[in-house]
Amino acid sequence: MWRAGVSLAFPVDPDSHRIKELTLKGLAAPYNRAHHCFAVFTACATFCLIIAGALVTSNDAGLSIPDWPTSFGSFRIPPLHGGIRFEWSHRAIAGSIIVLTISIAVWTWLADRRRWMRWLGLAALGTVVAQAVLGGLTVLLLQPPWVSSAHAAVGQTFFCIAVVIAVFTGRRSMETVPQIEMDTHRPSLITLSLLSILVLYVQLILGAMFRHRGMSWWPHALNAPVVAIVLTWTAIRALSLYSKIEAVRRSAILLLALLITQLCLGFLAFMTRVAWGRDAVQPELPMVISTVAHVAVGALLLATAVILAIQVWRHVPVSFEERVPGRERRPVTA
Amino acid sequence: MNNKTWIAILSLLALALGLLVGCGKKEGAESQSAATPAATQPAAAPATPIDPATVASVTGTVKLDGAAPKAAKIDMSQDPACKGANTAETIIADGGNLANVFVYVKEGLGDRTFDVPKDAVTIDQQGCKYHPHVLGVMTGQNIQIKNDDPTTHNIHPTPAANREWNESQPPQAAPIEKSFAREEVMLPVKCNQHPWMKMYINVVKSPFYAVTGPDGKYEIKGLPPGDYTLAFVQEKLGEQTQKVTLAAKDSKTVDAAFKLQ
Repeated sequence: MWRAGVSLAFPVDPDSHRIKELTLKGLAAPYNRAHHCFAVFTACATFCLIIAGALVTSNDAGLSIPDWPTSFGSFRIPPLHGGIRFEWSHRAIAGSIIVLTISIAVWTWLADRRRWMRWLGLAALGTVVAQAVLGGLTVLLLQPPWVSSAHAAVGQTFFCIAVVIAVFTGRRSMETVPQIEMDTHRPSLITLSLLSILVLYVQLILGAMFRHRGMSWWPHALNAPVVAIVLTWTAIRALSLYSKIEAVRRSAILLLALLITQLCLGFLAFMTRVAWGRDAVQPELPMVISTVAHVAVGALLLATAVILAIQVWRHVPVSFEERVPGRERRPVTA
Repeated sequence: MNNKTWIAILSLLALALGLLVGCGKKEGAESQSAATPAATQPAAAPATPIDPATVASVTGTVKLDGAAPKAAKIDMSQDPACKGANTAETIIADGGNLANVFVYVKEGLGDRTFDVPKDAVTIDQQGCKYHPHVLGVMTGQNIQIKNDDPTTHNIHPTPAANREWNESQPPQAAPIEKSFAREEVMLPVKCNQHPWMKMYINVVKSPFYAVTGPDGKYEIKGLPPGDYTLAFVQEKLGEQTQKVTLAAKDSKTVDAAFKLQ
């Protein structure tokens, strides 16, 4: 287990300016139940959208409707058979998500006093518009791998934003005073958390490029152990040193559980699609289920890593001494 | 947010939408040009004359070494209108005779040019399958695509050397006419609505090609005397080549055999 050593990870002097600042940040806005429920609904709907998108790719149905934004030249519901049912459902859910996102952005702007949360609402709106544009380009440009992969990556980014809004409009986040412990370890937990997000993004892009036939499977498979090591390191560091902080502990446990699930699903997806399904004449149910589950759990994993990073940022700040650049630490001669 | 920020955000949105509309229009325009029948395209170089009194022919049979694999079953249940034969056509070998092998003169024709046939070749979508499964055409030759199914299909070639396109075709719709400008062997065509629907178009510059029938036989007629390389291409088993020398009025047999990989 990781040892705190001569840890400075103790509850610091409550009078310190840093603690006051963090505490105030945590209590800056009143809890709004309706707003929170709507944010949770938006995040859940976004998760459904990711599953719908994964179904489109797994069933090779991305171009079953050759036009966009219309479907076969109109906005009416087309006959839902074959690949059309996957593609059109994805478009319908995406349309609903745009409406939900406009609502949550406006509501957050009006109801939430936290400045960063207001901007997050606007960022959600910008991301969902970018995502819609990428979805359109995917159809109109006949699925170039880089556009389709960008569509996959931006989709999961939007999901992360939706989850962050949902978590940080919750009662627990808004009414609980953050428990704060200073981090004196190298690399710091926030560095590890950010590194986890980075390796997950790289893995997401490699996976998307493979799914959209822009790359072989092996870069994605080769990066999987890197992701496993970084995420395990982050979660174990969080659990061994900061398990008293509930928000950090819960996120770290969830991260570990999702990582194990995701590795199993990745192996299953590899077996069904690459090893056994290479010569399949059509997408078969086992390969569709395993790959869709792999994408869905991947999205949850990324969102959890983002939440962990935010919780670490709130609860486990890097101690001041560590953040002072080396050259500024030199004594100043009079 | 101040007014300037709002204006910047709205401008970005307008730009994104403009780009999309632009892409859509460009796609439509290119699609139209791709659909232009060969008859209306600029005239090609005149065909190199061939003396009909000296022409030779090549015939042969393509075999599969070893037992043919059992054809994979297709699940067409996702569209009730699909009632075709539910077996895949990846390797069809009846009694060791390999069907759907594209045979063509790969080398030996030099700089000769050939007239493009005025008649279109037809691809029929019937029983949620493409008929034929393997097709040969000349560059610029019209391909007429029909839909005889009571369901909508989309026709989506995914070429490497030609331009990709994707069009839907509802039941009883007028045939779609297309042509391919560049040589490309085993150009895949698929339907994204029915993912088992696959076929291959082979686009070559000469009329000297054939596709083996269910008996594995092929025949290429009208070849001028010369030394040629014949290529045999199968969608899964790859390509083989054989050299053949044809004298005037020759009729030679060139057989080939593929091994399961």
